Amino acid sequence: MSPAERAQRWRSALLWAWALAVVVFMYLPALSLLLASSTSSRYFIFPITKWGFDWWQKTFNSIEIHILFKTSVSIALIVTVIAVTIAFFGALAFARYEWKGRSIYQKIVLLPIFFPQSVLGLALLLWFNTIGLELSWKSAVFAHLVWIVPVVTLVISIQVYSFDPALEEAAYDLGASRWQVLKEVTLPVLFPGLFSGALFAFLLSWGNFPLSLFTTGADTTVPEYLYSKMVAGYTPGVPVLGTVSTMIAAVLFLGGYGIIVLRRRARS
Amino acid sequence: MADLGRQRARQGPLNALPVAIFLLIGFAAPLLGVIIFSFMPERTFSLWQAPGLGNYATIFTGTSYLSLLWSLGLAAVTVCLLAVICYPIAYGLARVFGRWSTLLTLLFTIPLFVSENVRLYGWILFFIKNGVMLGTLKSLFGIEMESWLFTEGMIVLGMVYVYLPFMLFPMTLGVSMVPQETRDAAFDLGASKWQVFREVDLPLAMPGIMIGFLLSFVLAVGALVEAKVLGGQRVIPIVHDIELAFTYAQNWPLGSAMAVLLMVVVATFVLLVLRRFDLDTILGRR
Repeated sequence: MSPAERAQRWRSALLWAWALAVVVFMYLPALSLLLASSTSSRYFIFPITKWGFDWWQKTFNSIEIHILFKTSVSIALIVTVIAVTIAFFGALAFARYEWKGRSIYQKIVLLPIFFPQSVLGLALLLWFNTIGLELSWKSAVFAHLVWIVPVVTLVISIQVYSFDPALEEAAYDLGASRWQVLKEVTLPVLFPGLFSGALFAFLLSWGNFPLSLFTTGADTTVPEYLYSKMVAGYTPGVPVLGTVSTMIAAVLFLGGYGIIVLRRRARS
Repeated sequence: MADLGRQRARQGPLNALPVAIFLLIGFAAPLLGVIIFSFMPERTFSLWQAPGLGNYATIFTGTSYLSLLWSLGLAAVTVCLLAVICYPIAYGLARVFGRWSTLLTLLFTIPLFVSENVRLYGWILFFIKNGVMLGTLKSLFGIEMESWLFTEGMIVLGMVYVYLPFMLFPMTLGVSMVPQETRDAAFDLGASKWQVFREVDLPLAMPGIMIGFLLSFVLAVGALVEAKVLGGQRVIPIVHDIELAFTYAQNWPLGSAMAVLLMVVVATFVLLVLRRFDLDTILGRR
């Protein structure tokens, strides 16, 4: 092995070590939650002496928790459907068509993403109050959308950028109607983008705390509930629920990505 | 044919319409409400009073401007640390890790879908007395230490942790925009590694790096939970002040004025950076 090659090896080994260390750093909190959830005792003392899943059982049997999940999932599902629909057209305007206001439009779409979410939540609270809208999980759907529609527009746009407009032109030349082109050409080609957009919409809504905090009114989402329990003193229910919501996010995201990969393989 | 051309020119604005209308109602209108509210007299809940600048005066005579400085300072420190932490990983993801890059990227993405407060709570369980770290040290090595929780350093750790993906992903995009041929050519012409880094890698990756700086800085200025959960309220960032004014103090006009101040600071940064870059090239239009 030449010295240059050896140096090269060393360098990539160092890069690998660093990247893996940072991955571990990113997952230390999740690991801590998991450990704290798997004890039978009331308080968390490490190393754990009494392992057990009593608190998991207690959490899953609680009706309050079932209602929380229902609220969070309903919000996330509705947000997903609306966000993907609006963002699909938004992404075409963002990345596909040349038009005069495009550059300004692109920047306006980005603004809500760059905006501190707690402040956005408060601004929406003030706005709902001004127009006399009653706060509930429905107003939270609206609040989530303000932040999630731009994110999904961006996600779908990335797919639209790699879309060849000639495909649509060809379909038109062959006599396809507008609806047929949309259904047979545009949607299937953009499907991976729409799918990732939906995945992001659902998961970002599922994990959102700052927007929900000020806009759900009397309804409560899972992150809100966790926060209220967190500040009220220690209960092992918090690590359990935290671990569950982390696992749901991980499984949905990795599963969703798996579907995209399988579909791509099946096609080629 | 001219008709078809005109129709196509209309496609852009037509498709932009739903998003534009939605953001007008859901983003522009609330912000306008906040701006108007900031000029209302103290502790009012209606928008129809004589406007004044009293709330802005209160900010600078009170302690709120200190909160803004804390927020800006913490965000600046966070961004600098993130740049150093993320560049090697971005470089690895773009050039060295090959097919493993996808898996690593997915791993860095998942935490984004778990709410911040839950993840920061995980850090509390890690660092607390008798927690994962101190408990392990005590039982294995007999070392007893004070917990590091509720210090400024802990807040920075929390912020670095939360905003890492927002620096890493744009940076990776930027680094992968540097063509390998250009680097090879520079090496062939006798450039040292350091020269290639400074004269080729950095300038060509700059759009992505700048977006990463901007995104993580702007989000970090608006950080709230890190200081609340990990800092034990030793430091009050500006957003905490805003929240207190809106909830506990029931002083919406003052809260609005602080929010406007924060918005002006953030908008200045965003406009300064975004003006210099073309989004099409960064996001990969061919």
